[in-house]
Amino acid sequence: MIWIVKNLWLIPALPLVAAGIISVNKQPKRKLAASLAIGSMAVGFLLSLCAFAATLGHGGGEHGAFREVFSFPWLQFGGQWMSIGWVLDPLTAVMLMMVTFVGMLIFIFSVGYMAHDVNFMRFFCFLALFASGMLGVVIANNLLLLFISWEIVGLTSYLLIGFWYHKPSAAAAAKKAFITTRIGDLGLLIGMVWLYAETGTLNFYEGGKGCLESGALAQMLTHATIGGMAVSTAIGLLIFLGAVGKSGQLPLHVWLPDAMEGPTPVSALIHAATMVAAGVFLVARVYPLMAAGALVGEHGVPVTTSLTIVTWIGALTAIFAASIAVAQNDIKRILAYSTVSQLGYMMMGLGVGGVAVGMFHLITHAFFKALLFLGSASVIHGCHEEQDIRRMGGIKKYMPITFAVYAVGMLALAGFPLFFSGFWSKDEILHAAHGWSVSQVPFYLGCAGALFTAFYMTRQVALVFFGSYRGHQEESSQGHSAHSHTSSPGHDPHESPAVMTVPLVILAGFAILLGVIGTPAWPWFETYLNGHHVEFDLGKLTAGGTLTLMVSSSLIVFTGLGLGVWLYGKRQRKTAGEQDVLEAFQPAIFKVLQNKYYIDELYEVTVIRFNAFAAWLCDFADKWIFGGAVLVVSYLTLGFAWLYRLTDEYFVNLGFDAGCDSIRGGGGFLSKLHAGRVQTYLRIIGVALVALILFLIWGRKA
Amino acid sequence: MNHWLTILTLVPFLGGILVAGLGSERKNLVRSLSLATSLLGLGGAACMWLHFNAAEGGLQFVEKFAWVPSLGIDYYLGVDGLGALMVLLTAMVTPLAILASWNVEDRPHVFHALVLWLQAGLFGTFTALNFFHWFLFWELGLIPAFFLIKLWGGPRRGPAATQFFIYTMVGSVALLLSFIALRLATGSFDFIELAGLAKSGVLTAKLQAAFGWKNIALIVFFGAFLGFAVKVPVIPFHTWLPAAYSEAPSPVTMLLTGVMSKMGVYGFLRILLPIFPDQIRQVLTPLLWLAVATIVLSACAAFAQKDLKRMLAYSSINHLGYCLLAMFAATAVVTGVNHSDLQKAAALDGALLQMFNHGLTASALFLFLSLLEKRTGGLRGLDDFGGIRKVVPVFTGLMGISLFSSLGLPGLNGFVGEFLIFKGVFPLAPWAAAISTIGILVTAIFLLTLIQRVFCGPLNERWAKLPDLTTAERLLVLPSIALMFVLGIWPQFILGVVDATVVKLVQQLNF
Repeated sequence: MIWIVKNLWLIPALPLVAAGIISVNKQPKRKLAASLAIGSMAVGFLLSLCAFAATLGHGGGEHGAFREVFSFPWLQFGGQWMSIGWVLDPLTAVMLMMVTFVGMLIFIFSVGYMAHDVNFMRFFCFLALFASGMLGVVIANNLLLLFISWEIVGLTSYLLIGFWYHKPSAAAAAKKAFITTRIGDLGLLIGMVWLYAETGTLNFYEGGKGCLESGALAQMLTHATIGGMAVSTAIGLLIFLGAVGKSGQLPLHVWLPDAMEGPTPVSALIHAATMVAAGVFLVARVYPLMAAGALVGEHGVPVTTSLTIVTWIGALTAIFAASIAVAQNDIKRILAYSTVSQLGYMMMGLGVGGVAVGMFHLITHAFFKALLFLGSASVIHGCHEEQDIRRMGGIKKYMPITFAVYAVGMLALAGFPLFFSGFWSKDEILHAAHGWSVSQVPFYLGCAGALFTAFYMTRQVALVFFGSYRGHQEESSQGHSAHSHTSSPGHDPHESPAVMTVPLVILAGFAILLGVIGTPAWPWFETYLNGHHVEFDLGKLTAGGTLTLMVSSSLIVFTGLGLGVWLYGKRQRKTAGEQDVLEAFQPAIFKVLQNKYYIDELYEVTVIRFNAFAAWLCDFADKWIFGGAVLVVSYLTLGFAWLYRLTDEYFVNLGFDAGCDSIRGGGGFLSKLHAGRVQTYLRIIGVALVALILFLIWGRKA
Repeated sequence: MNHWLTILTLVPFLGGILVAGLGSERKNLVRSLSLATSLLGLGGAACMWLHFNAAEGGLQFVEKFAWVPSLGIDYYLGVDGLGALMVLLTAMVTPLAILASWNVEDRPHVFHALVLWLQAGLFGTFTALNFFHWFLFWELGLIPAFFLIKLWGGPRRGPAATQFFIYTMVGSVALLLSFIALRLATGSFDFIELAGLAKSGVLTAKLQAAFGWKNIALIVFFGAFLGFAVKVPVIPFHTWLPAAYSEAPSPVTMLLTGVMSKMGVYGFLRILLPIFPDQIRQVLTPLLWLAVATIVLSACAAFAQKDLKRMLAYSSINHLGYCLLAMFAATAVVTGVNHSDLQKAAALDGALLQMFNHGLTASALFLFLSLLEKRTGGLRGLDDFGGIRKVVPVFTGLMGISLFSSLGLPGLNGFVGEFLIFKGVFPLAPWAAAISTIGILVTAIFLLTLIQRVFCGPLNERWAKLPDLTTAERLLVLPSIALMFVLGIWPQFILGVVDATVVKLVQQLNF
């Protein structure tokens, strides 16, 4: 076994140790905290590179991709040991590199962004803990270990969303995020115990005995459950429910936009690049289970019930969230809905094209979305914590570097042809969707989503960076109020320090370059994941309708960009309070979009109301039904006691008393007889004597 | 043959007499002596734990003498993995409760003596194997608890104590009658002997022969069931609990929830499951639903509470509900499930782990509440606080860890037990397991609501000067917190000791 496989645990363990050390140190050791966290990620990145190199060395040939596992016994029940462990394969290696590298850049950025926060140390402690959990998810070769790390990730997400806990909105958002994702996690938990019961192991790969290997899969396919569904399908869907929660898919997406209450680097790291992608990663990890028993479609892509559902959920989420993003005004919320939408694309990619297609978009998205979030953090920082894009404008002039990198991120996200990674990864998904044998609808939904994406990103960039700065207008109109001090010239937006801009530039570089590894002409990424040899073939660019599709998707992107420029770039809004162009055009639709299709309100009146009702009902039942039964019993007891006393006093005692009275009467009478008075005694003796004599005289005659 | 267990039970009993004899004047001496006694008990229990032969798993440290031979009464002590675990838990929670009650100024000698006698009663209950003296200890635990609530409790302590006493008494009487019936039918009070009779199938027949009534075994079972169901408690026999937990002084609540609630579950595992497996199987489905109802309804009721102590009291019912679920499912006879013995063992291992974990976490949580009450003068409403994380960060952090342990966060102790329970129960009773997960969700909801209302949001100015934990208090909670992490990462510490016992129990149940 290669040393890196044996020591893969070091990668998650390092940030965990860093978090532990930071947590026990007293507050003002900022440098120590930051260097420990960043250092652990840097070492982790180097180790990930080693792991990556190891997977390269063995790749290719007919034996499939490189895969080695390490297991150790963890706990014991029923006399048997349950072992857990980790796996190194291309999927792990790619995710490890992405998470450690993007994580490291975001950590560095945070040093600048959080510089003035009093809880700087705690922030880095949570960040490091998060990284540890995320890396644990990535390396786990066991669904239980994955679940444990998955929940730790959920916990840190909760802690970081609620980092500014004194804000009630942040505290509420944190709670909402934890609970919403936990609904999905229950599905994952049930799926996990079911999988365990069916296969007797939770290890993914174990030399042929793992739960994702052919033996176990074949066994699960033969069992049918409710409605004739194969057990593997049911388990796959339950596990997918966990992914739906974590990756903010319909209908559990509501937490992700609210999660923007956390500090922006957190949004970049957790709610864009890594944690939310964990759901996609989970589906990719258990892909053999999802694809088990497939009727292979025309392009060699498996088609199963589970994958079909994954596709539909993904496609619907993609278009749904993209349309909401069009009508938002908060710079971070636009990006949040964009993230939800892109995660939908990834799910769709997994469903229609397999692991490589979904994962490629995951990786490219991680870079450009982290870039966009950090860019927005830089903008927010520069604009003195302003997040409303209507109050920005013209920032290009004040923040040139931020503008340049933001433009790169925006074009990558929009899928600008040829030069940006997002184009290649999104195109691959659309291409796969086009060839999907079940339905063409996801393809059209994806295309519509692409149009929306290009449009809302253009709208955002136009409003934020072009035109003239509108941040002062509000203040000058209410200049006499508490805000008057902000109208001084020192409060123009300013460019961020180098500690923030350098990571941005690096991310921007990757947002452009990463496309290279996944073009149809040189599909290195796909072949690496599948363990094939890669061949450079320009001809593939034009073969099989690829070119047509590329051209049409480019046209869609240009339409979106053009619409955005026409509606928002040409006619810049003058004041922050002005009505949106679309709002003026279609107020009703705009309002629905702005209110996110009223999903939150729907949940408010259904799920939350029901939950409160259930709580009330249980409390009521406790007090009045169960407690009432107890009361009835106790009153019955009291009643019997009272009745008993009554019978005692008026029946039992009555006879008793009568007896007593007669005895007492008799006694009284008798007592009178011996009252101790000698005269009475003598009198009685006298009378008795007379009577005796009389008896003796006359009695004999009788 | 040794007398380790007798000595272990005598230590707190004699210590209690000594403490009571000191009088109310020498308060610090009373407290120190009481603490020393409980630490001695902890040391003894730890020795027993270390010397316990885990691989063997059967009864150990056995003491058996004929006591009243004519009535079939032996003095019979011994522990297996289950007993050892409970003795250890009792020994660990008691010193914490004594330290938490350091500030009791009213008749401290009586208070501490009662606590120690309560501990003696618990030790006796967890080690006795003959019904006669087991029942004495079972009741001996009840009386000190009653007086502790009645004399040192909150404003509505009178009704709470009476309710607690009467409820438990009714259960005990039912239990006693059942065992007298068993004694009449079999001539034995011995748990092990009775279990042996049950396994060979003779018990039911003997009961029927003795009473000439076909359903007598089921009636006898229900009597015993009632005794334990009240103690655990199983819904709907639970209404004494929220009142008792919230009116008792917090250190006493620590003992009530940490250890006394385990007496019921222990009774199920030691007595009910081995002696009445047939009867449990006859009414298995209703019992499973009762367990599910206990889990779900108590969690929902907790969400509706405004008093932190009542909320945690309902949460306690919820946590023990998982143990019930595991135990009932483990008696099921199922066909078509792979390795059903392994699943049963997983469920029972999970239940044992859950008992210990709940004892650890719930007692820690009530300890935190007692520290909070000490600072606020008894105020503990959900809406009385707000934003206090700002002024008491250490308190928040440590109590937060305990709360997350309670909601079953992986990495902390609560998770492994719940996972094993679900892992074992799901194949045996899928629907019951699936519906019970609602309890997990609702627990998360109300515990996070607690965190949100109490610790987050803008600081309630009333508590601007709330002092954070002192060094002594930090040291007090540190062992519990450390153990939460240790057991979360290394559950084998407990599983390694109890697993062999569980395997034996599963064999006992299978026939």
